[in-house]
Amino acid sequence: MNEALAVFGFLSVASLAGLALKICAKDPVYRDTIKNLNARIRSWWIMCGIFFIAMLSGPKWSIVLFACISFFALRELITLMPTRVADHRSLLWVFFILMPLQYILLGLNWYGLFSIMIPVYAFLLIPARSVIAGDCERFLERVAKIQWSLMLAVYCVSYAPALLTLNIHGYDGRNAELLFYFIFVVQISDVLQYVFGKFFGKRKIAPLVSPNKTWEGFFGGCASAILIGAALYPITPFNFWQAALMSSAAVLAGFAGGLTMSAIKRDRGVKDFGTLIEGHGGMMDRIDSICFAAPLFFHLTRYFFV
Amino acid sequence: MIANMLAAFARIISGVNARWVGEPLMDEQRIYFANHSSHMDALVLWAALPENLRKNTRPVAGSDYWTKNRMKMYFAKIFNAVLIDRTNVSLHGNNPMDTLLKALNDGFSLIIFPEGTRGNGLEIGEFKSGLYYIAKKRPDIPLIPVYLKNLNRILPKGEFLPVPLISNAVFGFPVRIREKETKSEFLVRAKAALSAMEWGLS
Repeated sequence: MNEALAVFGFLSVASLAGLALKICAKDPVYRDTIKNLNARIRSWWIMCGIFFIAMLSGPKWSIVLFACISFFALRELITLMPTRVADHRSLLWVFFILMPLQYILLGLNWYGLFSIMIPVYAFLLIPARSVIAGDCERFLERVAKIQWSLMLAVYCVSYAPALLTLNIHGYDGRNAELLFYFIFVVQISDVLQYVFGKFFGKRKIAPLVSPNKTWEGFFGGCASAILIGAALYPITPFNFWQAALMSSAAVLAGFAGGLTMSAIKRDRGVKDFGTLIEGHGGMMDRIDSICFAAPLFFHLTRYFFV
Repeated sequence: MIANMLAAFARIISGVNARWVGEPLMDEQRIYFANHSSHMDALVLWAALPENLRKNTRPVAGSDYWTKNRMKMYFAKIFNAVLIDRTNVSLHGNNPMDTLLKALNDGFSLIIFPEGTRGNGLEIGEFKSGLYYIAKKRPDIPLIPVYLKNLNRILPKGEFLPVPLISNAVFGFPVRIREKETKSEFLVRAKAALSAMEWGLS
């Protein structure tokens, strides 16, 4: 609850700052950036609202929330991938059976099957189902695209709510706080990289992949996100230094996720994955860093703290 | 009521984004013509329109198909479809054009698939001549091309269950018949106006 109050307080400050910028900035060069900034802040209110409602409603609802997130992200990814009619039945499996099953396994707390269902059995099932349709054109490519969409949007994302199922020593009943902590550190890192990039960004990291990612944004954003992550250690099962290391892992993996997803977007010739979230683009644009960070953060927690 | 519920359902399944590239959205009589690759096409185009336009907009469909069983007849009825017989057309007696002109004279906007049947979704087929005759009879009503993107992937021909991908309905610039334009010239131009919308906005 305190976390929610802190976040909404923080958002209020951001909204006021956005309003001040809108009133003060006369230069039309900045107007679009400020307009986008204010749209982003408005969307943050909605996203945080939904997130906290789910968190406070209990673990089942948190799992449902992440299942919905996976659905929207999966839909954006598959829409971008040029699959063929022959993949139709495989896609029905992916959307209506495999994706719900992953979250049902999570709800049942069946960790063994949860961790291998997609990378082993779904990966074998998808090509087997597609081959029955008998279309060999770009077969490996099509299959790989469906498999990786499922991997990123469903498997990787599902590791975030999986934090709720861990039995952490001396941290009983507080797992929702750990999930909040993880999401907060990864997202604040994205925000701070954006802010540092806007103010100080000069040298581009990978101009061909993402024109917005700069070394200044990367160092400034990551360092400050790690500092915030370390400072928030009281809400985690970690001590100060452990929290610093855990947030470093999450932040760096998240950066890799953002960069990888940018490459997918450039390859498909789009700027955003969708239009679901005003100012941000699609669902996948918002959770790209979570995709990469969630499994790593989960496994580190499970290995060292359970 | 049921039609609006189905429209809401279609919007969820097809995630349709309506984009008005050409003329803005307006409450005037229009003929929308679109590419056809899926059973969801008419429903999704209809659902992409705002509610106040929907009640005056009727899809045109083949009566040979949509009266095959009670279920299909029911769907044709709740969407207030204009049914035309594509099989035994004659100038006098069964002339589908009369049915369409009557609906237009009653003030309805129409949704037409000028290819006449569902294609493979990869390319737009040749247009049947009906669009030309309507344009000639009612040159006052703008013909709006609507490119429906991805619906062949959501529900391809021969499939029963839809995959919930994201589709687009791109509304293009109105096509009007020119003086002394021949049938084939007009149909080629109308088809070009439609296929231009495929990349109108991604």
